[in-house]
Amino acid sequence: MKTAVIVFPGSNCDRDVAVALRAVTGTAPAMVWHGDSVLPRTDLIVLPGGFSYGDYLRCGAMAARSPVMQAVLEAARHGTPVLGICNGFQILTEAGLLPGTLLRNAGLSFVCRTVNVEVATADSAFTRGYEAGARLRLPIAHHDGNYFADAETLDRLEEEDRVAFRYVEGENPNGSARNIAGILSRSRTVLGLMPHPERAAEPVHPSTDGRALFEGLLGVMA
Amino acid sequence: MKARVHVTLKPGVVDPEGAAIARSLGRLGFGGVEAVRVGKVFELALATSDTDAARAEVEAMCEKLLANPVIQSYRIELAD
Repeated sequence: MKTAVIVFPGSNCDRDVAVALRAVTGTAPAMVWHGDSVLPRTDLIVLPGGFSYGDYLRCGAMAARSPVMQAVLEAARHGTPVLGICNGFQILTEAGLLPGTLLRNAGLSFVCRTVNVEVATADSAFTRGYEAGARLRLPIAHHDGNYFADAETLDRLEEEDRVAFRYVEGENPNGSARNIAGILSRSRTVLGLMPHPERAAEPVHPSTDGRALFEGLLGVMA
Repeated sequence: MKARVHVTLKPGVVDPEGAAIARSLGRLGFGGVEAVRVGKVFELALATSDTDAARAEVEAMCEKLLANPVIQSYRIELAD
């Protein structure tokens, strides 16, 4: 399975996710610079966490308009799975691949800790390694993770079973609408989530609950 | 010519930053502040002097980059 990680100026989880991908697939991912306009052949594109373009304008706004994103949009249209983690999720909403947006955390603080997250659907390449309702321990580290969309969009996401992950009821760390921590595209081939599965994938990490996300992808695309 | 673009949050979009500023103003004794909404202002220097062309171009800039239509609206002012 070939994978590609897009590297933007200010990405800082690109190497973390590269380590997780190599551990699971056995092959190092291609690291693609944001200024490139061509992607290598790949079975999975990852937009990593970080602070692309220093969060100028809006989180993810500049990255979503960078040269490489035309190629990412094109690949996504043809069904190549795209995974956006944290800043990657913000980029996916800014690029229009996922609905809604991520606002400043309701408490205004940067939140960096491990949270309880529930798998809301196992029906996707990203979540097939989990059982729906499974509770995971995953780290978050963000200032703008407060998922927002209008009520109609939120209803549609729920009707179409496109909420992939939710913060456990009563433990919402950022004010996200309906406790949403991650959502899928209509095609179910694009996932954006604020928690960091790549930082919960090795025995030395506080949890290994994120590893099944990458392993699930391997089973589909090998 | 010059363009000034005001980007503001749409009604109904929560603004925790604005709410915190409102509380802070209250603590400073400004008791009459009912709400604060935070926005951004962009000042653009444009090569064109054609008002209609400038407006159309700045609108396109707002749609493509300066504003996020999911949560923000924008207002454009043009001046020579």
